[in-house]
Formats: sequence, C-alpha cells, structure tokens
Amino acid sequence: MAKKNEEKMITVYIMGKAYRVPFGLTIMKAMEYSGYRFIRGSGCRAGFCGACATVYRKKGEYKFRTALACQTTAEDGMYLAQLPFVPANRNEYDINKINPEKNILSEYYPEINRCVSCNTCTKSCPQDLDVMYYIQAAIRGDYKEVSAMSFDCIQCGLCTARCPAEITHYHVAQLARRVYGKYYSKTPEHLLRRIEEIEEGKFDKEIERLKSMNRKELEKTYVERDLQKLPRGEVNGE
Amino acid sequence: MKKFPYYPGCTLKQAAKHFETSAIASAEAMDIELVEIQKWNCCGAVASLTADDMMHHVAPIRNLVRVQEMNEKGMVDNEYRLVVFCSMCFNVLKRSAKRVKEDADMLKTINDFMDTEEDYEGNVEVKHFLEILDEIGFDSLTRRVKKPLKGLKISAYYGCTLLRPRGIGIDDPEAPSIMERFIEALGGEVVDNPYKSLCCGSYHTVGGNKELVAERAYKIINGARDNGADMMITSCPLCAFNLDDRQELTKKIHPDFQHMPVLYFTQIMAMAMGMEDRAGLDGNHIDARPLLRERKLLEG
Repeated sequence: MAKKNEEKMITVYIMGKAYRVPFGLTIMKAMEYSGYRFIRGSGCRAGFCGACATVYRKKGEYKFRTALACQTTAEDGMYLAQLPFVPANRNEYDINKINPEKNILSEYYPEINRCVSCNTCTKSCPQDLDVMYYIQAAIRGDYKEVSAMSFDCIQCGLCTARCPAEITHYHVAQLARRVYGKYYSKTPEHLLRRIEEIEEGKFDKEIERLKSMNRKELEKTYVERDLQKLPRGEVNGE
Repeated sequence: MKKFPYYPGCTLKQAAKHFETSAIASAEAMDIELVEIQKWNCCGAVASLTADDMMHHVAPIRNLVRVQEMNEKGMVDNEYRLVVFCSMCFNVLKRSAKRVKEDADMLKTINDFMDTEEDYEGNVEVKHFLEILDEIGFDSLTRRVKKPLKGLKISAYYGCTLLRPRGIGIDDPEAPSIMERFIEALGGEVVDNPYKSLCCGSYHTVGGNKELVAERAYKIINGARDNGADMMITSCPLCAFNLDDRQELTKKIHPDFQHMPVLYFTQIMAMAMGMEDRAGLDGNHIDARPLLRERKLLEG
C-alpha cells in the first residue's frame, strides 16, 4: 500500500525547498500537506473569492505563471510561492458626487493612460478576462464595456501585481461598474417594489417572529424555507 | 461598397463623436464601408521617438495584427490599407508600421514578445482618409457633391502630425495643398492661412499652460480671419480642441477676439454630400450652424 502511494508522489519546491507531496492536490493543498498554514492568501477554496492568488513556474519553462492556488493542480517540479496580499491603492470617491459625463476612470486612476498594451494583465488573469481590453475601454471612458468585460473579476490582484504600468485594474473596473450601475443601467423595478414593501412594514411581523425564535426553531425554519423565485425576465440589467 | 479596415481611436469614441459620425457618412458617400477593427487598443498616443524604445511600439503593432486578421477572416476586401481619421493616431500607427518594416530585428523582438498574437508580417499600410480621397481623385469627389459649399470661405489647418516627420506626413510640410484641393472639390472657397501648420500648443492644453494654447489659437484663427475666412477645418482632435474649445479662454485674454467655427474636414464633407444630419454639427464648441444658415447651406 505504501509503495503504491509512493508512486503517486511528486516533488514541488516551496520557496525553493523541495517537498514530496501526493499527486493530484491543488497548489494550496500541496502547500498545506507540506506543513504551511495559511493565515492570509486563502479563502473560499472554491475559486470564487480571489484570496489565493499564487505565482509559480513549471519545470524547465521560462514563463512566470499565475493562478488561484485552490483551482490549480500541483505538478512535479513546480516552484511555488503563495501571495499573502497584493498592495493596491483604491482611490477614494463618493459615487453620489461624481460627474459620470466626464471620464471618472481616468480622473481617479490616471495611470490607466500608461498602458502600453503589453497584454500581461490578460495573460495573468485566472478568470480568463480580457483585462487589457477593458483597460483600453476605460481609457476612453466606456463604462458599459468595462462593466461587461470585467463582470467576472474576483479581485485577486494578479493583473495588478504583474502590470509594468502599475495599473490597479480591478479597482478601475469596480469603479466603472459602480458608475454604470448607478447612472446608466436599467433600474431594477422589483428591487424598488421590495424596498417600498419593506418601508410599508410588510415584513415587520415576520422579522419579529424570527427574532423571537430559539436556535432550534431557526434551524428548522431555515431548512424548510421556500427559495424565492423571480418571475422570468425580472432580473436586473438590460 | 468597398470594405476598408478602420481604426477610430479613443477620441473619436469620446470627445470627438461628431468626427466619427461625419467620417462614416463621408466614407459612405465614396462607396466605402468602414469596418471597425474588433478589439482595438489605444494607438500609443505619443510614440516615443527614442531609437531603442520598443515597448511603446507594441500597442500600434498589435492594432496592425488585427488588420491582418481581418483580411485572413475575409472581413474586408483583401484590403491592407488601414483607414485612420485622427491625425495623431494616423501618425503614431504609420510611424510604427514603417519602423518595423525597416527594422526586421525589431519586428522579430516585438513578435516574440506578443506571444498571444500571430506574427505581424509587416504588410499593413496606414492611410489617412484624405490620402484615400486623393487616390480616388478629388474630381470624383466633386462629381458626388450634392450641395456645393458655395460662398463658404474655408481655411485649412494642418497642424503638425499630418505633415511631419518626413516619410510619415501626407504632403509637403512647407507648402501643403491636399486640404485646399479637398475644399475646392467640395465647392468651397479656399482661404490661405500663413499659420496653417503652426503648432496649436498640443498637450500644453492639459498641463498648466492653457494660456499658451489660447494665445496660439488667437494667432492661428486670426491668421485665417485676416484673409477673410469664415471657418477652419482640421483632422486632428487635439488641434480641434485647442482651436475650438480654447476660444473661450482666448476671448478672455483678448476681448477683441472674434469666435470662428473650427470643424473636422469630414463635417464639411458630409454637408456637401447632402448628409447634414450626419455632419455632427451639434458637436462643435463654436456652433457653425448660424453661419451655415446665413450662407443658405443649412435649412431652418
């Protein structure tokens, strides 16, 4: 049995030191198997939260690779290092006080104009977004395009860590989505209706009932809950 | 309709939408369909002139790869001439195209660097729309004119990037004539301006020296006015901003200054082609419509 397992072991180098780990683990689990414990640089472990941005090189390859550590399988000969955090300035703005007619993205993040179209951001994105092209759209103030192209961003920060022009792509995109959401996208009617209902006190009784429950009753209510379904077509957006 | 690959550039999508609207209309009038490059990036704006600065040529060359792909996919009619309207984009794109065509080592390095793209083969010719018109022939342009710009005294403003440097400029930098021939072809009256290629002040307009630009506008516009011009035309969005929008500041510094409309060349072309609804006449800072109505070139 031990021999069989031994055949499935690979060698990875974590910050330069060799470790034998079973084949088939993600980069994150390979590091944990080797004794590392993550305080930062790990989160949902399901590819959604963007906390586990990682950098690595493969055996015999010149490419400096990037990925989410929880989504990438460790391979024999990999050199690994986990990023605990990507420093990136998020400039302060009040979304209610900006003038969307101007190019807000250029105003708050003027460094976007330093883009030389090298495409390194796109190559570094674990979500396969066209990061460079949304920065290009940001340069010309196209909020809609930036919003659509960056929608699946999980803000892992790898584009920002790799950019030679020192752009903080994901903050630019977030600002674009906020501007677009507030000033340009269609108002979600069902949300307005629901806010009205809340303000009219439609749910007050229900909230009071929940507040009076003990833990056991709450759990039972949760398990038996009705999942609310929106009527078809009644989703936000266009 | 012949399909040409078309590079708009950031300004035509933003501050100079009236340039793009009138450009598309003008091309249509010449049976040219402008097929916008899918996924284009900034031309590079001001490409570095340093001999060993290669990084800033990546952006323009990437756009040229797109043109190559459009031809491979049959999206344009085997047309490797890329049509550009903005003088600045034209200048930057053409300069990079020329640079890599003459320097195989540099082309190889750029191709090696852009490892997500197919190799650029160096075949794209960057053309300003005025050059395309010149190729078709200004007499042909005249034949298509529906509403000649009779009685309109128009002065051409070239600026820098349409004429320089040598090998990139579309006409004689000291005595250009292509815009004058264009005005004549549309039935307008050509008015000379001794300052037609004097720099407008360029990027000083976004820095701390707006006054310098306003003074340039004073000199350039008065150069045209002294010779009797009603309006000026240009093909550069930065010159247009400096000569059109900056007139406010010029007026503050020089109360004797009289405003003058400054239009994109495509705006007067769309007018002459009977497409005034697509000439983007609501886009200029100094409104040309009162003048055009007075000259019976516009109704209402």
